[in-house]
Amino acid sequence: MSPWSEGLRRLRRYPSAVAGMLIILALLGTAIYAVTAIPYSEAQKLWRGGEVWQDLPVNAAPVWTDRLFGGNAPRTVKAGSEAAEREFAAFDGGRIEEQTLRFDFPYDDFPGEINLFLQAEFEQRPPFVRMSWHRPDGSEVALGSRRVSAEERVSISQDQGLEGRLGHAPQVGLFSDADVEDPEPRVLPGTYELVLETVHFEPEGRMDAELVAYGQVHGLFGTDHQRRDLSVALLWGTPVALAFGLIAAVGTTITTLIIAAAGVWYGGWVDAAIQRLTEVNIILPLLPILVMVGTLYSTSIWLMLGVVVALGIFSAGIKMYRAMLLPIRQAPYIEAARAYGAGSPRIVLRYMVPRILPVLIPTFVTLIPTYVFLEASLAVLGLGDPVLPTWGKVLHDAQAQSALYHGFYYWVVSPAALLMLTGLGFAMLGFALDRVFNPRLRNL
Amino acid sequence: MTDGAVNAARRGWLRDLRRLAVFTGKRLLALLVTVLIGVYLTIVIANMGGQVDDLRLAQIETTAAEAVRADPAFHDLPSAERTELVEQQVALEVERLRLDEPFIWRSFDYLYQAMILDLGRAEEMHSDAGSRQVFNIIAERLPATLLLFGTANLLVFFVAVFAALGLSRRYGSALDQSVIGLAPSSAAPGWFYGIFLILLLAFIWPLFPAGGMVSVPPPEDGWAYASSVLRHMALPVLAMFISQIFISIYSWRTFFLIHSSEDYVEMARAKGLPDRLIEQRYILRPTLSPIVTSFLLMLIGLWSGAIILEQVFNWPGLGTLLFEAIGHRDTPVIIGSVVIFAYLLAITVFVLDFLYAILDPRVRIEGGRS
Repeated sequence: MSPWSEGLRRLRRYPSAVAGMLIILALLGTAIYAVTAIPYSEAQKLWRGGEVWQDLPVNAAPVWTDRLFGGNAPRTVKAGSEAAEREFAAFDGGRIEEQTLRFDFPYDDFPGEINLFLQAEFEQRPPFVRMSWHRPDGSEVALGSRRVSAEERVSISQDQGLEGRLGHAPQVGLFSDADVEDPEPRVLPGTYELVLETVHFEPEGRMDAELVAYGQVHGLFGTDHQRRDLSVALLWGTPVALAFGLIAAVGTTITTLIIAAAGVWYGGWVDAAIQRLTEVNIILPLLPILVMVGTLYSTSIWLMLGVVVALGIFSAGIKMYRAMLLPIRQAPYIEAARAYGAGSPRIVLRYMVPRILPVLIPTFVTLIPTYVFLEASLAVLGLGDPVLPTWGKVLHDAQAQSALYHGFYYWVVSPAALLMLTGLGFAMLGFALDRVFNPRLRNL
Repeated sequence: MTDGAVNAARRGWLRDLRRLAVFTGKRLLALLVTVLIGVYLTIVIANMGGQVDDLRLAQIETTAAEAVRADPAFHDLPSAERTELVEQQVALEVERLRLDEPFIWRSFDYLYQAMILDLGRAEEMHSDAGSRQVFNIIAERLPATLLLFGTANLLVFFVAVFAALGLSRRYGSALDQSVIGLAPSSAAPGWFYGIFLILLLAFIWPLFPAGGMVSVPPPEDGWAYASSVLRHMALPVLAMFISQIFISIYSWRTFFLIHSSEDYVEMARAKGLPDRLIEQRYILRPTLSPIVTSFLLMLIGLWSGAIILEQVFNWPGLGTLLFEAIGHRDTPVIIGSVVIFAYLLAITVFVLDFLYAILDPRVRIEGGRS
């Protein structure tokens, strides 16, 4: 049995290692799903925000947190022209259209805001629309009338005049039967109607409407201050975090190990130079330098990765590997390799490095979360990648918008939980690996 | 005791002292060179290899042009003369900042100034007392950082070592197992737990303030001031404590267990020595130098971790300063902070070497020939 499968077999006896591996597998699955479901460029475009998200509410909590505590906060309700009843009456030089947007509102709380998106097709004269609101109890509120340009957004919930007439914010007044004096309006559940009477001044004139009553909850992870669905960032944060952690950990440990082995093998001034470089590098403060590079040059995640790896090459680990490699240099199998004529690079790469690789694996696994958190740290400081969504950037947005102060706990908790899960997964596996591969620890 | 024996003992002491001095001197020199290189690299990176100078030149030009245009005294001048005046001013400023010399020369000049801690004047920032000297700005923030990180580290260190000693005596118990199980929680850094602590203990149950160092306005009375600082320190210290404690206990426990299975400890047990004596003389004494090493290495690791924790808790220390300086692109302050960080690290490494020399007889006897 090879030492690897032997190690794996022994690893199965540690429940924490199994749990860690399951977490890592789940994260890997999520990462693969994210990359295949939303391509790289698509993810960047989505995260840039803007019109893509105009139908989502601002700062909506996840649906399940609300339902968990017995709430029945409204989801976003949409009613569009496609499903509406449309009646046309032609007149000389145009036609009159009456469409009724109908929707159910079975929730216990008021919507966050109400917008009406209008799209008109006309040659010269724009159509004119009169809007009226019908509550389930039969009462009616006039929402005014207006001329419609090609694309228009009517913010009903910000209509000051309407607010004055209703005595409450429009999204409250329109969804309750309260009169002006009522201090605590209650939601009136049922079927609402928005009737749009449009006068087209051209026979072929057309107008499409979509009413959006924004909810207070949305999806699995909620939305942020720019209406972006957090699930995009949380999903895409997974491959970014894993790739960053993995590449940084591989990059630093492997190069460090090779350099340590070369130093031990060649000895003399090579060794001395490596030792001195390591000492300089220990004194260089990593995070301040990263912060400096981020502000002065670019915050691209790949540049950061490069700097991390570059600064990690001559890390303190060299001293440790050197101590392990020094006795190996004298080992008889190396002597044998020299005798058959192996060159120095071959001895370093094929004989010395593989010998201490197993000892390195636990360190390597426990290093991954360190770098995942490093990336998050940089993002929290506002030095996250400018275009890619990452967990750290979500946390940074949340911090910048004082999410905790405003009570948007979900905004902080979900990226933090994912970070924690990643950290725990790799750390648990790493600790168990440490015991498997370091015989001195095995019985402890 | 005979005179000869006393003399021999004194000679031994002198010999040890001489070797210690040689060792210390060598290490000091090596560290100086190291700091030199580190600081020089920082200067090169912070000046973007000279690119910052171009930005600075452009800024000087606009400022001079603005100044001439805004001054009513020059309004009547013909435009050619005015341009000349602007050019003169720019030339003066360039000469004052020595921007006409190649960057490589000035970089050595900057290096010399940084090494003697003449950190120059800040471009944008100033200390709370109003000074523009980078050294004053940093000196004002340093105590806050030292207070916070000193407290947290000492707490973690002593709690971890003593808890680990206790656990290694009862190894395999439920408590021991649960500490091992909790060790992976240290994968998350302090600021991460900080966010949760702020959420729980500052917003949901407002027991502690969410950030800052003293309440606003600061209390007049000395005791009230101290207690206010303590209340503000509680959460950041707790955050660092949580993120460090389990891994520390775990590694110390493993370390003590390995050492308490050494043959000489077994022999002491066989002789029937009391547990306390075995712990003090046979386990703690020979492991003292690794303990000190790891304590100082922990300090090294935490200096740079300070930036984010301070940022999250709005603690007015070096980390927050560095971050603000970067926001203002205030190169002297950035270089100054990194230089101070490098010095702090170097001092830590030096103290480490020195303590090693005292604690480890092998270093003393070989006199730094290692």
